[in-house]
Amino acid sequence: MKKDFNKTINLLFAGVGGQGVLLASDILSEIAHAAGLDVKKSDIHGMSQRGGSVVSQVRIGEKVYSPIIREGEVDFLIAFEILEALRCLNILSEKCRIIVNNQKIYPISIYNGKENKHPKDDFELIKKRYKDAELMDGFAIAEKAGDNRAVNLVLLGRLSNYLPFEQTLWEGVIKRCVPPSSVEKNLHAFKLGRRVGL
Amino acid sequence: MKIRKSRRLLRPQHKEFLSGNEAIARGSYDAAVRFAAGYPGTPSTEILENIAKRYTDIYAEWSPNEKVALEAASGASMAGARALAAMKHVGLNVASDPLMTLSYTGVNGGLVIITADDPGIHSSQNEQDNRHYAKFAKIPLLEPSDSQEAYDFTILAFEISERFDTPVILRTTTRTSHSKSLVQLKQIKNREIKKTALPNNAEKFVMIPKYARERHWFVEKRLERIRVYSENFLYNRSDYQGNKKGKIGIITSGVAYQYVKEVCGDIPVLKLSLTYPLPTKLIRDFVNRFKKTYVVEELDPFIEEEIKGYGINVTGKERFPSVGELTPDIVHEGLFGKKSKRKKANINLPAREPVMCAGCPYLGIFYILKRLGLYIAGDIGCYTLAAMPPYNAIDSTLCMGAGICQAFGMEKVLNEKDRKKVVAVIGDSTFLHSGMTGLLNIVYNKGIATVIILDNSTTAMTGRQDHPASGYTLKGEETKEINIAGICRALGVDRVRFIDPFKLDELERTISEEVNYDGPSVIISKSPCILLKHVAEIKKAVPPLRVDPSLCNGCLICLKLGCPAIQREFIDNKGVLIINPILCNGCALCVDLCKIGAIKP
Repeated sequence: MKKDFNKTINLLFAGVGGQGVLLASDILSEIAHAAGLDVKKSDIHGMSQRGGSVVSQVRIGEKVYSPIIREGEVDFLIAFEILEALRCLNILSEKCRIIVNNQKIYPISIYNGKENKHPKDDFELIKKRYKDAELMDGFAIAEKAGDNRAVNLVLLGRLSNYLPFEQTLWEGVIKRCVPPSSVEKNLHAFKLGRRVGL
Repeated sequence: MKIRKSRRLLRPQHKEFLSGNEAIARGSYDAAVRFAAGYPGTPSTEILENIAKRYTDIYAEWSPNEKVALEAASGASMAGARALAAMKHVGLNVASDPLMTLSYTGVNGGLVIITADDPGIHSSQNEQDNRHYAKFAKIPLLEPSDSQEAYDFTILAFEISERFDTPVILRTTTRTSHSKSLVQLKQIKNREIKKTALPNNAEKFVMIPKYARERHWFVEKRLERIRVYSENFLYNRSDYQGNKKGKIGIITSGVAYQYVKEVCGDIPVLKLSLTYPLPTKLIRDFVNRFKKTYVVEELDPFIEEEIKGYGINVTGKERFPSVGELTPDIVHEGLFGKKSKRKKANINLPAREPVMCAGCPYLGIFYILKRLGLYIAGDIGCYTLAAMPPYNAIDSTLCMGAGICQAFGMEKVLNEKDRKKVVAVIGDSTFLHSGMTGLLNIVYNKGIATVIILDNSTTAMTGRQDHPASGYTLKGEETKEINIAGICRALGVDRVRFIDPFKLDELERTISEEVNYDGPSVIISKSPCILLKHVAEIKKAVPPLRVDPSLCNGCLICLKLGCPAIQREFIDNKGVLIINPILCNGCALCVDLCKIGAIKP
């Protein structure tokens, strides 16, 4: 497995407070750790509890120095919300693989009509620049798994297809990281996400 | 939870994936700390939360403020125990009074002060560089660059403290506090808890002029001894192997070291970790090996100016900004010039600003304060968010407890009409932290300012920590619940009134009466934070409200509440008001506001 990491892999998780962004990046980091790799993770979540954006960066490799990713070097973007995906476009690498959850959470600036509107054809704006961008209905899949809060596990499931970690490794770490009462639903959500489009 | 804990403690050879704050908490445990105190403040809060949750045999407390925390920790140290005080950067301003003289007294048990700085101002009122405090107090300073060092340096800090009889500052930043990385724990077989006893040493601990003069000599000599130690300190190290004179070398510290290693490939680096007092010989030897040496450090030119003071020539802030966080890109640009420009997508996106919560007990208060056209001296807490639209209702925010004093200062110099417009708003935790003396001043010096205490029974902004009026300690034990109204009366305020923040008419009437009253008055709005677990559970059971579209005339007055549950959607280019059923918890403030009765249960 290690031979795949002669270059550090940079992953960016973006969403809104309450969507489980930090748990997702924690699980991925623990998996990298379990696989014997170096990993660093940096979160910006100062105001997330008050409806602000949440961004979490994970870097995985043989030896990782900076906890934050250089501009233009994001290899994977996992966006939990479309507006937050758009916000990240300028720091992605040209070949960035993008997984976007098809959910719109409008910021209050839109509601009170003070700000410009949510851009139309938002996913097309992404797809136009990045051919490896995919949109998925994480909410519906999570609901099918029995817990609509497990969108984060659905997205991780989809991401797992592109990373060189065994399914058993993922499942072992997920069991350790999620609350005991919701292990089954989370594993189910992960598996459904992993199978999307395959 | 317990199984997790014991497993952690039993498997020290295993690497752990920890944040800087978690690593400091674990380091404290492995250093056999007995006493830990602090006041919540981003990005330091999780240090004490982790100690309290995971390492239960350490005594841990939320103190009313940072000065109390450090003074209490120094008492534990005097008695021989290892003690820690943790706070955010501006917290050390509050604790700076004991700090400056603790340098003179020194310690018995090791005493470590954690200051968590906030470059980039993620959640603070300034981005001061607290490394200056180490120089100011003439005590050693450690700067970890990741979680491993946060762990190692915490343990080392206690050893240094005891070896040199000095308090030690461990300085993190938001990036090192909140980033996670792997930590190899030490194999500690027996945590040696130091014996405690009553200290009997007046010359050391009684800082009257006679003794303090002697101790100042001690401080100066100590600093020179630590400087020698710094020369050989394991973590002040150069990775330059060659003998020939190189082209460029880099001196760096803290998280900037990680950025330098990320972007500089094999450029030789002198990494400094004990950054006060600096190892002058080590630095001189390093600089002499290169044609040009850069100093890469976040915020102030602290190391750079020290080095230049020794007559050593280095380049620093002329290439790297003193404002904001560094990033690998900024470090790269400072060293090598601008990268080739990438095409940037130019999409105009609506901002996602932090807002107050749906059903927050502060919403109605700021609506009324704004409607009454009052001038609002604010303070530090969630209510600072009322500075944003739609309220734009905060006219000043300075530091903890300042609002009350600023309101008083203003009304003393304003004309009769304007002075009655000034009110101060302050939260319960902030009031207990440093609002009480300001209120005392209003009474003593015959002020008339009205103080509104927004009591939500918690320290909400930092994630709901307990405080002296919440009835619980950091460890979750029940304790005496301090009566805030009682404090106000004891400070000499005769008019103390309570209001229900969910009744707009009553709010308006009470606030109007009190601002027009010619004397000190306090209004207490007592209603718990909506995010407190027991409150959230009750509110969840209340059915959400809805807008009746056949009645709504689109006057938009409800949007002035700033409640995130009230939303305007555009259907066929026509604005329609809806209430988001997931966010709404039925507080019904908007029902009160909608005069035509379009909002219904």
